[in-house]
Amino acid sequence: MKSIIRFIPLILFVLLGVLLYRGLFLNPQAMPSAMIGKPLPDFSLPMLKATEKQVGRDDLKGNIVLLNVWATWCIQCKYEHPYLLNISRNPRVKLYGLNFTDELSSAMRWLKQYDDPYVFSIFDEQGALGLDIGVFGAPETFVIDHTGIIRKRFAGPINDMVWKKEFLPLIETIEAEMVQGAS
Amino acid sequence: MQLNMQIGMDKNTLVLPSFLRLVMSVLLLSVLWIGSVSAGPVETFKFKDEATKLRFQILSKELRCPKCQNQNLADSNAKIAVDLRKNLYNLLQEGKTDQEIIDFMVYRYGDFVLYRPQLKKQTYILWFGPIVVILGFALSVIFVLRKRSKGKANELALSSKEQANLDDILNKK
Repeated sequence: MKSIIRFIPLILFVLLGVLLYRGLFLNPQAMPSAMIGKPLPDFSLPMLKATEKQVGRDDLKGNIVLLNVWATWCIQCKYEHPYLLNISRNPRVKLYGLNFTDELSSAMRWLKQYDDPYVFSIFDEQGALGLDIGVFGAPETFVIDHTGIIRKRFAGPINDMVWKKEFLPLIETIEAEMVQGAS
Repeated sequence: MQLNMQIGMDKNTLVLPSFLRLVMSVLLLSVLWIGSVSAGPVETFKFKDEATKLRFQILSKELRCPKCQNQNLADSNAKIAVDLRKNLYNLLQEGKTDQEIIDFMVYRYGDFVLYRPQLKKQTYILWFGPIVVILGFALSVIFVLRKRSKGKANELALSSKEQANLDDILNKK
């Protein structure tokens, strides 16, 4: 009994050490989104390239929808843009844009200058939809499955490594679920 | 600067015209005022009453900016914080209660936005952990002290053999 008591400080020290050591390698920026598992909220916002046209949740067609939050004030969006063009040629997903608290003219110029990877972009000047899905910056990419549930939020630019590590496994999971649901 | 020094050194000889003094003090004051304004986020909200204004101030201190690791909404100049302050203002003007506003934010941004964690299963350890630890320490201190004083009492007490010896000595006398 007494010998166990003697070791208590050492045990506490080791436990604390393990806890703090783990903390060294955690990424404080990687925050889980509160929206995961919740349905995409409905909205009614103008389409960027045709602002007289209102679009809503049901206009995001496709089995697996990627919703990419972008803006011209966002430097990292420029970095990920070439890869988005890549994704737009991928038949497994449909890529939509959410132009977030931006100016219409500069957003139009951006799409003209760098090419448009999106099926269409939603023009969210006031950040209303952005707020409803808990966007806190750009770029962010949401994965929405065939039932309209938000499955993932990735904050930061997408590149090949990120795509293979963060997105492909989830896309495969959703595709498997789709096959199961159909049979 | 030179003028200031002159005033300081030759107070008796140099007398500034009073209007010049007035102009200078106004200039100085305005410089100070600019400094204090540019320090915080510049926004003007018009509230319907004082109570709403106070609630805005309290809530914007209680809510954490989702992007910036450790700043509240009132403190931060990040784009998201500016947007959320505007939103908070709108919600208040619509007449939402504090709890409704907090629920609104938590639904979208998760528990991270709260500086004061809600009381629920996952946060029991946060709320009650410290009390349990303190109680544990207090109990173990009491336990050890009790044991120690008991041990001392035992040491002081005479064994039966010693008692017999003592009785012998006392009886002989």
